[in-house]
Amino acid sequence: MAMLEVNHLAIQFGGLRAVDGFNVSIEKGQLYGLIGPNGAGKTTIFNLLTGVYKPTEGIIKLDGQDITGKSTIEINKAGIARTFQNIRLFKDMPVLDNVKVGLHNHHAYSTLTGILRLPKYYKVEKEMNEKAMEILKVFDLDKEADTLAGNLPYGKQRKLEIARALATNPKLLLLDEPAAGMNPNETQELMDTIRFVQKHFDMTTLLIEHDMKLVGGICEEVTVLNFGQVLAQGETQKVLKDPAVVTAYLGE
Amino acid sequence: MKKTMNKTTRNNLINYGIVIALFVIVQILSGTGHLSRLLTGLLVPLCVYTIAAISLNLVVGFSGELSLGHAGFMCVGAYSSALFSHIASDIPQVPRFILAILIGAAVAAVFGVIIGIPVLRLRGDYLAIVTLAFGEIIKNLINILYIGFDENGLHVATSAANLKLAAGGKQILKGALGISGTGALYKDVKHYFFPIGILLVLLTLFIVQNLVNSRSGRAIMATRDNRIAAESVGIDITKFKLLAFTISAALAGVAGVLYAHNLSMLKVSGFDYNMSILILVYVVLGGIGNLRGSMIATIILYALPELLRGFANYRMLIYAIVLIVMMLFNWAPAARNWRARVMEKIRGTKGKKEAA
Repeated sequence: MAMLEVNHLAIQFGGLRAVDGFNVSIEKGQLYGLIGPNGAGKTTIFNLLTGVYKPTEGIIKLDGQDITGKSTIEINKAGIARTFQNIRLFKDMPVLDNVKVGLHNHHAYSTLTGILRLPKYYKVEKEMNEKAMEILKVFDLDKEADTLAGNLPYGKQRKLEIARALATNPKLLLLDEPAAGMNPNETQELMDTIRFVQKHFDMTTLLIEHDMKLVGGICEEVTVLNFGQVLAQGETQKVLKDPAVVTAYLGE
Repeated sequence: MKKTMNKTTRNNLINYGIVIALFVIVQILSGTGHLSRLLTGLLVPLCVYTIAAISLNLVVGFSGELSLGHAGFMCVGAYSSALFSHIASDIPQVPRFILAILIGAAVAAVFGVIIGIPVLRLRGDYLAIVTLAFGEIIKNLINILYIGFDENGLHVATSAANLKLAAGGKQILKGALGISGTGALYKDVKHYFFPIGILLVLLTLFIVQNLVNSRSGRAIMATRDNRIAAESVGIDITKFKLLAFTISAALAGVAGVLYAHNLSMLKVSGFDYNMSILILVYVVLGGIGNLRGSMIATIILYALPELLRGFANYRMLIYAIVLIVMMLFNWAPAARNWRARVMEKIRGTKGKKEAA
């Protein structure tokens, strides 16, 4: 069974059908790409998958469970985590705490336990610190654990967003332009990290990207979106050579 | 990692230490007779405003919402506890005062939830305006309320004549005249209001600091920093905003209890928006999200106008200058950089000494 199964997904904003008849099926452990020109509806699809927008039509199934129309919080608990195109970190909190916020629903104790500092507080906080440091180490951020997230350099902020998303222990990871604004070296490093995460955490990943080198380098399959509709779908190398795709990207 | 934990713990301990040290100094000064009557009278209100400022900082600094109705919650706490003290006057003083504090906190917390549910749907200026309105509504409601007590129970009316108290009944709340003689009900406890106030300040610090450095506190701050991202990692924004708002209201209620019992005459006119703004000034000038700053700013800015009485006409001028200087000291980039450098130097020399 596919990890993510989307059927006939559509959303209408007034007279505009931003996404129309979108279908996709992503297998467990797959690295899947979603590409398309600006305004094609890629981020809208992410917002539909994570419950920021409610779809006008269509069904979204995660690991066999219908999550259509659920709230962002419920969907995160069901197992979808995401990053954002314009970085959204908890800027005034340390790097470590950003990841610990991601662990919020998995290492729980009550507010009263926290205020009274009962033994459970120390036990769970210790678990959280260990788990958070383990995740930070994967992204080579463990030395910056005490730095405020807003003071990190750009590339590391992008990585921290992925780390925070992973902390929620998702089944499906959505990355919205993870390489945006990175130089070729950083992009290469990021590709390695994404591959490592896929193997190490056995993660299913859907990523939006403009950087064709990155998409061609790591995605097994891609969907090309244009004006809210699927233009091409399938094996990455074949799709990227499709004349219709080339036209959409480069013009006639 | 271990270092951060030590650092926050150390910071928290320093805050408790400052409060205790100030208490000891005041005790020594008053013991040796160096404390004027004027200053002695300021001590309990200082505790009241410190508690209020710390609790407001939870909402403004950590939850990131500008609330202008803090005096409203103090007012609710003050009146509910004063009413209780009068009605339950046959309970011994010590347990009665403890109960009064709990009741003031609980009633203010209930109001916190009631006001918080609709208000926290708003953001920024809108939230500020609605909380401001809440403070004014509470004030005006109590202003027309008459409450009396006789063998038939509690009577509530909007004029003294409508109370219809039985013979021997006692009128407690007299509309705009407020509640009088609450302090007189606690003849034995009254002399200890300052130490009790200090204990309550410590308790407030304990609650707020431990909350902020816990799982719920992180969720509150995450919601402040980025709502959308907080939701995306599964954090229930409304729940944690409401939690911060309610705890803050309850602590403001505690401040209100202390305020009410320290006065011989509790009048509602004291809880106007000026009081809310005053507390907000303490929080902002002390540094938003900085509890120690709130405490220090409260002490300086509350005591100052009183201590400057000798300067007569120049009093408010000096007060204004101090406000501006504090604002610059805390917020101007140049001043902040200078402070960071000085702190570094102090740390540096300390490090060398430790190494040697």
